[in-house]
Amino acid sequence: MEIFKLKESFGFMKYAKRFGLLSLVLVIGSWFLIFTKGFNYGIDFAGGTLIQVKYEQKAPIDEIRKALDATKTFQGAQVTNFGSDEEVVIKIKKVSSDITNDASDEIKKVLHTTGKFDIRRVDMVGAKVGSELQEKGMMALVLAVIGILIYVSYQFEWRFAVASVLALVHDVSIALGAIALLSIEVNLDILAAILTLLGYSINDTIIVFDRIRDSIRRTKQMNLSALIDESVTMTLSRTTLTSLTVFIVVLFLYLFGGEIINGFSLTLLIGVIVGTYSSIFIASPLSQWLGFSIEKFRSKEAEKLKREKEKERMRSMYEQGTL
Amino acid sequence: MKKFNYRVVVFILAFAFGIVFSLPSLLQSDWGKKITLGLDLQGGLHMVLGVKSEVAIESRTKSIATTVKYLLDDQEIIYDNLTMTQNGITLELLDGDDVAKFEAIAQKELEGTTLTQNGMVFTITMTPEEILRTKQNAVSQAVETIRSRLDLFGLAEPTVAKQGEDKILVEIPGIKTPADEQRIRELIAKTAHLQMMAVDEDRAARVSVISEAEAAQYGDVILSDVKTPEKYLLKEIPVLDGSMLTDASVGYSQSNQPVINFVLNGEGAKIFGDFSGKSVGKRMAIVLDNKVYSAPVINERIGGGKGQISGNFTQQEAHDIAIALRSGALLAPVVVEEKRTIGPSLGADSIQSSTIALVVGFVVVALFMIVYYGLSGVLANIALIANLFIIIAVMALFGATLTLPGMAGIVLTVGMAVDSNVIILERIREVLREGKSVAKAIEDGYQNAFVAIWDANITTLIAAIALYVYGTGPIKGFALTISIGILVSMLTAILGTHGIYNMIASKIEKNAIGKWFGIKKEETA
Repeated sequence: MEIFKLKESFGFMKYAKRFGLLSLVLVIGSWFLIFTKGFNYGIDFAGGTLIQVKYEQKAPIDEIRKALDATKTFQGAQVTNFGSDEEVVIKIKKVSSDITNDASDEIKKVLHTTGKFDIRRVDMVGAKVGSELQEKGMMALVLAVIGILIYVSYQFEWRFAVASVLALVHDVSIALGAIALLSIEVNLDILAAILTLLGYSINDTIIVFDRIRDSIRRTKQMNLSALIDESVTMTLSRTTLTSLTVFIVVLFLYLFGGEIINGFSLTLLIGVIVGTYSSIFIASPLSQWLGFSIEKFRSKEAEKLKREKEKERMRSMYEQGTL
Repeated sequence: MKKFNYRVVVFILAFAFGIVFSLPSLLQSDWGKKITLGLDLQGGLHMVLGVKSEVAIESRTKSIATTVKYLLDDQEIIYDNLTMTQNGITLELLDGDDVAKFEAIAQKELEGTTLTQNGMVFTITMTPEEILRTKQNAVSQAVETIRSRLDLFGLAEPTVAKQGEDKILVEIPGIKTPADEQRIRELIAKTAHLQMMAVDEDRAARVSVISEAEAAQYGDVILSDVKTPEKYLLKEIPVLDGSMLTDASVGYSQSNQPVINFVLNGEGAKIFGDFSGKSVGKRMAIVLDNKVYSAPVINERIGGGKGQISGNFTQQEAHDIAIALRSGALLAPVVVEEKRTIGPSLGADSIQSSTIALVVGFVVVALFMIVYYGLSGVLANIALIANLFIIIAVMALFGATLTLPGMAGIVLTVGMAVDSNVIILERIREVLREGKSVAKAIEDGYQNAFVAIWDANITTLIAAIALYVYGTGPIKGFALTISIGILVSMLTAILGTHGIYNMIASKIEKNAIGKWFGIKKEETA
């Protein structure tokens, strides 16, 4: 079976400016959302206490709220269903630094009139730890981007590196924008999803760039736009296919993986779509807009080749003992 | 058919390795190394504790005061106004002839302090290095102490480790009931600071009316009884403390109540003996974590350095206190900064749901590959299966921990691992379309695809490593499975499937490429 049976390449570059504009709007819109609406930080980053309770019958949310509001500790607690009708999570801002004091004991006492239940999870994160985790998360993002920048610069050239990182910024921005828009709770797993997206999206982009590099070496094509069109078209079935398989598994993870990793899989679902789009429509034009030129690349490659040849010549001379 | 080549041999070995070493984990057998399940999958208690190291400074000052008091009394140097300041003590000598003797003592016995003199008033202050050392010491001592308490308690494989500068990570898997958890937390939290303190008999009668500030003026503190509301007025500087304790065990009083017997070391025994000899008829309080357990009247000099704590303990309480005393006091109290408790049932649910996601995802991707690529899709699927086994095997061998995000990572690997094969197969198709032979197409396909696969996977790996370095707990587990998955997929795709194609390439008829690579024959003309 084949999806794309193409004799001729798609004219992606013809529409590059339009897609560029669309992306720009999406990115700026996302930033706007992030800065105005902001993130719905979960307790990992904001600190607080979370208690997951599973009832033997349908959880009586209103009664739970009433019972909690009557207490001092849990007043104003946020109570929401979690995955099923039987399960709820209770969230409060407060934390207790006393080791012997345990929120689950208190909850048990407070809720004993609401039915039979089992406390399945209690998470408590102090504000200090929360901000530390936030810092570490930022460090991980920055470190990953710098690492990628260095590697791609080394393997390709700096314009490709900058283009791929800009594509990453594009993907991550839009994914974060969606997280803000959908009020997905931002916890450590969202950070993991964003970093996975980083890895995934750069992977896609590199495949396309590799094809461009390959085409420059193999063909005599001097028109960069045509060359990009050709390369993107040739990698199109691969890009679509891989995105599809990843999309499938993430979709199943979202559907069957359980409520705890829902935020993670939802972020990745969005990320896969954005990442695929950017590697097809955005990354390559970016390298052109950054001033990538085929001639320069070829002459650089030729120089590299010459240097290698020279080295080889020296080596053979050395081996023959003529040096 | 071509003979075996090195690629196939490596692939078969890797596959066999994967199956053999993943079996213990998959079958949950008793033999062999298994993957450790993270706390989020098997249930347990995860805590990050902070150490209140400023309290360690306070108690160090106190112990300086105790030492000075003892030494001066011992050498019969007369002094007055011995008080504790923020990082040291001050005192006033009454006899000018004692100054040299005092200075000698201060220099010899009090390391890490500086002595300053103002008239006859002397100040002993801890040096900044000593303060820092004391703080660091408090953290590492807390790690040791908590570890030894949990060991003595008989818990299976708890993790106690220093995290950063002043934090302690405690992870305890497999706690069955909330009551057990509560007991463990209390055991960890117990400062177990044992002090023998003299009752201020001169003012004891006024204890109910005296204020804390007034008590402080006399160098006294007010502490309450552990069970009753009764209060005691005690000399703030203790006679001795638990650091001189060598053993503690549960015993029984005459009325068959559980009590804790303790033994002091030589120095402690001497101090205890001297003090009790001088204080016959007075009371001495046994204070644990700032609660008075008993305050018996001293009837005679007590030698031998043995003592007893009684306080209507239950058997369990006595047992836990003895453990805490034996493993030593915490130099500084600990507080919880992060705590996560996961019940075993939730962990089991998470394993189940992520396994379903894994199986369904795998089946759909595998079917898709067969429909799209034909027989070569089957080969890609074999590589994918090998991949899954090898990931589990590698994790089991290295004793890595599988967390819920880690499971998600494995599911994701299924989607990403076929990528290498997709890249290769697309390249093979291209060469076939140019009308080249199958063997040539396979060789060129792999060669052309190699650099792309390499570069793409290395960059993904960079992101995964960043996540591993800065991630904590479950997230680290995710980064780990993703990284192993990437490396293994490169092995199975680049070596594995290539080797198999090398073996069978000559057998693939030109007119069977539709069946093999999923493209129509007429295209290849």
